[in-house]
Amino acid sequence: MTVANARHTDTHELCRIDDLVAWSGVVALHQGHQLALFYLPRGCDRQSGAEIFALDNHDPFSGANVIGRGIIGDKDGEPVVASPIYKQHFRLRDGVCLEDPEQRLTVWPVRLKGDLVVLEP
Amino acid sequence: MNAQHPIPDDLTLDSLALDSNKKQLIVIGNGMVGHHCIEQLIERGATRDWQIHVFGDERHRAYDRVHLSEYFSGKDADALALGEPDLHATNGVSLHLGVRVEAIDRDNHEVVTARGRLPYDNLVIATGSWPFVPPIPGPDVSEHPQARLVYRTLDDLDAIRHHAAGARRGVVVGGGLLGLEAANALKSLGLEAHVVEFAPRLMPVQLDDQGGAALRQRIEALGVGVHTGRATEAIVPLDEGEYAYRMHFRDGEHLDTDLVLFSAGIRPQDQLGRDCGLDIGERGGIVIDDTCCTSDPAIFAIGECALWQGQIFGLVAPGYTMARTVAGCLNDICEPFSGADMSTKLKLLGVDVGSIGDAFGTTEGAKSYRYIDEAGNGYRRLVVSGDGKKVLGAVLVGDNSYYDTLLQYAQNGIDLPDDPAALILPQGEGGAPTLGADALPDTAMICSCHNVTRGAVCQAVDEGCADIAALKIETKASTGCGGCTALLKQVFEHELESRGIDVDKSLCEHFAFTRQELYALVRVEGIQSFDELLEKHGHGLGCDICKPTIGSILATCWNQPIMDPQNVALQDTNDTFMANMQKNGTYSVMPRIAGGEITPDKLVVLGEVAKKYDLYTKITGGQRIDLFGAELHQLPDIWQELITAGFETGHAYGKSLRTVKSCVGNTWCRYGVQDSVAMALELEHRYKGLRTPHKVKMGVSGCTRECAEAQGKDIGVIATDAGWNLYVCGNGGMRPRHAELFATDIDSATLIRYIDRFLMFYVRTADKLQRTSVWRESLEGGLDFLKAVIIDDHLGLNDELERQMQHVVDTYECEWANALGDPEKLKRFRTFVNDQCGDPDIINVTERGQPRPARPHERPESLAVEISS
Repeated sequence: MTVANARHTDTHELCRIDDLVAWSGVVALHQGHQLALFYLPRGCDRQSGAEIFALDNHDPFSGANVIGRGIIGDKDGEPVVASPIYKQHFRLRDGVCLEDPEQRLTVWPVRLKGDLVVLEP
Repeated sequence: MNAQHPIPDDLTLDSLALDSNKKQLIVIGNGMVGHHCIEQLIERGATRDWQIHVFGDERHRAYDRVHLSEYFSGKDADALALGEPDLHATNGVSLHLGVRVEAIDRDNHEVVTARGRLPYDNLVIATGSWPFVPPIPGPDVSEHPQARLVYRTLDDLDAIRHHAAGARRGVVVGGGLLGLEAANALKSLGLEAHVVEFAPRLMPVQLDDQGGAALRQRIEALGVGVHTGRATEAIVPLDEGEYAYRMHFRDGEHLDTDLVLFSAGIRPQDQLGRDCGLDIGERGGIVIDDTCCTSDPAIFAIGECALWQGQIFGLVAPGYTMARTVAGCLNDICEPFSGADMSTKLKLLGVDVGSIGDAFGTTEGAKSYRYIDEAGNGYRRLVVSGDGKKVLGAVLVGDNSYYDTLLQYAQNGIDLPDDPAALILPQGEGGAPTLGADALPDTAMICSCHNVTRGAVCQAVDEGCADIAALKIETKASTGCGGCTALLKQVFEHELESRGIDVDKSLCEHFAFTRQELYALVRVEGIQSFDELLEKHGHGLGCDICKPTIGSILATCWNQPIMDPQNVALQDTNDTFMANMQKNGTYSVMPRIAGGEITPDKLVVLGEVAKKYDLYTKITGGQRIDLFGAELHQLPDIWQELITAGFETGHAYGKSLRTVKSCVGNTWCRYGVQDSVAMALELEHRYKGLRTPHKVKMGVSGCTRECAEAQGKDIGVIATDAGWNLYVCGNGGMRPRHAELFATDIDSATLIRYIDRFLMFYVRTADKLQRTSVWRESLEGGLDFLKAVIIDDHLGLNDELERQMQHVVDTYECEWANALGDPEKLKRFRTFVNDQCGDPDIINVTERGQPRPARPHERPESLAVEISS
């Protein structure tokens, strides 16, 4: 589904909630940036409300745009995504790579607004 | 990197505040041995009594010279650095990097540097060695540095990298251990590499003639030129021609090259000792006694600059032992240095080489056993004492799996078995012979880098070390060269088990169970989903280890489509998108071509699809056709066309049955005795889609000529006049293993029944990602046990195993057909959820008439950068 970016408002609509995949990732394009969106319908503790994380889709280790296709999980309780190519783990909260903390994916501020996934300004 | 104890340029050493309550200790040299000495001093609390200064010539912190070549394969100076960066600062040790000690003033007990003088009470010289460059006539070094490179320091490596850019061929002078390392480095920099050795064989110090010959053949097979028995007489610059220099050899031959790297041995760096009048050996080296003391009682020397009983030790482990001796002498109790074991095992250019003790059999009365594998270029020699009771030494080329056991025999004087040759002969089953951890005495050395014995490991376990990581921190075992990792793990687990402690074999942090245990839980409790299993038996969110494993277990047990919503987040990307991800994020598509048999019409369709979507096509080793380069959003369209033409998924992405390779069988072949193609088709269609712990391959040959190479597969079937012979647990790939004969002359129905049972038993009991060959090695009782279970139904499982397999067979469904019929599932196949375009970063170029991913320098943005810069 294609949703036109809203103009003259504070937030950008990326996609609808039913474009997301529970406990996994999809990728949205925003002004030339590829954002990997990860949807945890019951949050990082599997108990509370839904959480969405948006990280760069570009994997610095392989140079390919694939982060959105990694497996979600946790390491010592910290939610992470594993790159599908060489399996490094990136923290969903701040994008830091656990194996090489100097590598860090940009984390984008996203949230649910009704049925829409929006990017904060 | 110099930031730990920087000395401002205007500060002289004379102005440093010295603590009058402490004695002054100076260590000259900050290599591996000097660094180890500091670590040992700190560990023994020496900083209470001593104020310590360390001087290093190099600008880098101490680094791991043993793994220097990894600098070319991605590690930077920081990754090679030894110890914690703040080790010196937090312990009050002053580290002076890039400051050369120019002289030792023994009369005044001072060292002299450009920054001034510093007094000492005791001095440790750990200046190591320098690479020997033979005096060969050649061009002026200042104008032709690339004709005189050496391989010793990080700066040397930077110089090699610099000169390798644009060069095509490099020659290493010296075919010893470091020379071969250096040749590998040149290779990894993309150069054609050659090795020139003066001696008639490679590694003349460690290997005998036959070992050297086997090594040579293996190295030549890797494309490295080997020239032994060659003395270089001159290096002459070439004004024209393909290469920059010509090396002339004494025998009149010559070799052209763009750079020359010398690795012709080391010489002790003893100049400081020489200049201040310490005793020096005839061929160099600062003479030391058993306490590492030089001819001046206030001065010690350790490592490769030191000469002990006429010997220089060119390995790191003896240097570490000397460092411990000195640290002891300066602090608590001196443990005298009593020589060192020069046994070593290495992987040079990917070839295993091992040398233990008296490798040449020079001990009086010594006798040798030799195993020579001319076909595989393997060589093993076992040197035993005259009475045949003890191992004196060994040489290994090609397979170091024999090393640990032989070393333990040699070091601990363990009595040889009745047939010593068995220790080096190839083992039909189960790999190299091992010495049980319980056979080792407490004094057995486990880690010779850090002097850790079996007794020390036991003590650490007694004191509460409960996992390998803690054990490594506690004992430092396996943190040096890493060669003892496997042995350490074996001893550790044996110690835990002998104390009745369960060895932690948890799948991952989320499940405290093995794959087998989880499999049992899923089946016994009828668990249908990851969520349910996690609720009942795990915690957290799961991870990329447990999710695919459990996804596979659920798929085998219940045969649920992997694309069902509850399973989709468990799969790795290949299973999620039912295609194999390649390096640029595109996928390859591989439809099933059962048994390698395909109709002309289908061949045409594959060609048409590949052309339409601009895919690279390649025929695989498993008799299939792989289409590379499809983007995510193209996969459904491609598969729709393939399925319409009668194809189905080939499961090339899954841990499942891949292919059943076949020869042409008796239909066309004049030798074939059975219809191998028909049998291959039957097997492939029966087991397609079965999820297994690792991928499974099969082969069916129509006669004993074995054209399908069935004995290299997990399941191999070979036709006989009377039926089929069944082979199991073979393996191609990285660690090939011949399959073993399981049953002979059986009919087709029996064959399939046995394979049903075998596969299901494997699926139920193997570990995560465990191949059948490794699983087979882990089975207590080996092949006989397997035969008892599968053929004689020893465990009474067979009805159940066959029923379960029949369920999988009956509920087979092409996963791609399933997904294409469900719009919800197809939603995942979008490159972007909010745009229909493809990934703009995927760029192909054409090579040999087909597309392939652009290399970095071929991409438009890199060209743009070049133009604008």
